[in-house]
Amino acid sequence: MADRVLDVAGVSKRFGALEVLSDISFQVEKGETVCVLGPSGSGKSTLLRCINWLERPDAGQIYLNGAQIGVNGAGLVMSDRELSRIRTRIGMVFQHFALWPHLTVLQNLMEAPVQVQKRPKAEVRDEALALLAKVGLSDKRDAFPAKLSGGQKQRVGIARALAMRPDLLLFDEPTSALDPELVGEVLVVMRELAHEGMTMVVVTHEMGFARDAATRILFLDRGRVLETAMPERFFSSPETERARQFIQRYAGHAANGGR
Amino acid sequence: MIHDFGIVWSERDLLLTGLGNTTILSVLSAVAALLIGFVLTPAWMSKQRWLAGTVRGFVDGMRCVPFLLFAYIVYYGLPSLGIRLDNWTSGLVALTIYNAAYMAEILRGAWTAQPREPIEAGVAFGFSNIALFRRIVLPPLLLAAGPVIGNQMIQIIKDSAFLTIIALPELTHAASSIQSRHYVPFAAFITAVFLYWGLCLVIEAGVSSIDRLAAARR
Repeated sequence: MADRVLDVAGVSKRFGALEVLSDISFQVEKGETVCVLGPSGSGKSTLLRCINWLERPDAGQIYLNGAQIGVNGAGLVMSDRELSRIRTRIGMVFQHFALWPHLTVLQNLMEAPVQVQKRPKAEVRDEALALLAKVGLSDKRDAFPAKLSGGQKQRVGIARALAMRPDLLLFDEPTSALDPELVGEVLVVMRELAHEGMTMVVVTHEMGFARDAATRILFLDRGRVLETAMPERFFSSPETERARQFIQRYAGHAANGGR
Repeated sequence: MIHDFGIVWSERDLLLTGLGNTTILSVLSAVAALLIGFVLTPAWMSKQRWLAGTVRGFVDGMRCVPFLLFAYIVYYGLPSLGIRLDNWTSGLVALTIYNAAYMAEILRGAWTAQPREPIEAGVAFGFSNIALFRRIVLPPLLLAAGPVIGNQMIQIIKDSAFLTIIALPELTHAASSIQSRHYVPFAAFITAVFLYWGLCLVIEAGVSSIDRLAAARR
């Protein structure tokens, strides 16, 4: 329990008449990589966005290291300032990279640690340079995002999230917007992070990554958690018909030359 | 003819004062109009329909009024409502309010063309309120809108010439006084034209340096 990083308890979310998430509960322990799988429209991205309150859940609680997100000690919805403070402990990697276009690669990494976390610039800079080396982009530090390939952008996106020294890293379909030949370079970085024990929740369609990098699979369908299982178990003997169909469809996709 | 320009040269102090006043008027009202634009634009894009409608009405209305007429209303018209402004205040107010409508239009265009995701990333990384606006929203917005804002500044400089009719001692007014005093219309007005042109060149230099910054980021 002491090592529980994330606790999602009974989270529901609806957009108008559409119930996107219904009573979702799961926990993430320190060092885990939880992959969230499911068909399009199953609520995966919304779930991720509820964790850091980019979307406000309609019901349920979310705890980061035991502290509730979104609702303060007095039981009131947090102010923007309070929410911001918690959000700095959760890194996020976006499907379309969402880099800040007016800043160089190095400045993208340093912006939030310096401006929001108020950490000393020299220290942040050293750490940012080390992170760029780690994702293999030291030579791009002074480039602007528009000059990078998709794979490079996403590696910057990951380094930018790591520069916050987050307790938890959220990935929202990090390779879905990439050309197939660029997916690999991003997955290499993500595998390395998983291996190093970074705590991650990854919404993805990369079955290969889920199979060999995840510690657990969360299978979502129509806003509900249908299965929670170890990857080998999930892929070899799923419990539900929906999951079986889902895996088969992706296996067929892979056999046809997809990923 | 050379002699005429000699007369204009002898009145250079008057012209330079006029040029200075035109610069002060234009810069002050451009900055003020831009700031008001930054207030109007979010209101225009707000979900409150009455608020958005009011701003849209103001912008559309203002764009259909000739500036000269608007300046007349502020200087000659407002006193009948009990609001009496001197010529400097009237000139500044007229230029500012008139151009705030254009600035709001320019900013709205640039704002709606900005991608949402980088702003959302700013929120996710802990930026909020003023810091979010200042660090994440504003810089790409200004880079995108810079050239059009520069264009509008040139428009403001030219519009300021109308304020000669309320006896504001700006550049056109200075040229006009010199020509009526010495009867050298061609020399006086051509000199003023070149001074306006020089002012616009300065703006254009500014615009192209913003453009260089933006191009490096595209």
